[in-house]
Amino acid sequence: MALTKAAMAERLHEDLGLNKREAKELVELFFEEIRATLESGNQVKLSGFGNFNLRNKSERPGRNPKTGEEIPITARRVVTFSPGQKLKARVEAYAGSGEQSQQ
Amino acid sequence: MTKSELIESLSRKQSQLHPRDVEMAVKNLLEQMSQSLASGSRIEIRGFGSFSLHFRPPRVGRNPKTGSPVPLPGKHVPHFKPGKELRERVDMNSANSEISQDMSAAND
Repeated sequence: MALTKAAMAERLHEDLGLNKREAKELVELFFEEIRATLESGNQVKLSGFGNFNLRNKSERPGRNPKTGEEIPITARRVVTFSPGQKLKARVEAYAGSGEQSQQ
Repeated sequence: MTKSELIESLSRKQSQLHPRDVEMAVKNLLEQMSQSLASGSRIEIRGFGSFSLHFRPPRVGRNPKTGSPVPLPGKHVPHFKPGKELRERVDMNSANSEISQDMSAAND
């Protein structure tokens, strides 16, 4: 089962004793704060977990996969995530099947 | 923005909570997320994005000193796919703000 905001808030409630409303608000605010920071053009560095970085991509040629028609992919800014050492090491040890869904 | 700056900013916005509780909550959330990925579970946050694992198959590497082949086992790496809202908000603003992570050194 995938981890969701609801499950994260429930855990905050259980582990830290925040009431359910506070926990839900805090989870919402946590992700909003990261989004707003990235939106304002700043990277977010969460030590032990990873960094959210911004990259400017210039325009490049693309194609409509259905029609094969050539259309340029416009210049844009994108978010990239680079996992920290600690997270990488923890995940590397996971021995499950290599077929984890990519959605 | 670093983890401690994130905690400070959230504390200002949730003034009814003790800053220490906000700090514990942020650490708890990051630990939950790490734990989820470490056990092979995805994370799905609507409007923010999803985290999953990608598999890197085993390959033969080389010892850079001796050049001898070294078998490297397969492994999983964390992967983040930004959600629609995050993608749009970040891109929409690209026209009127500079990326500061690359600029800080030049501006100092």
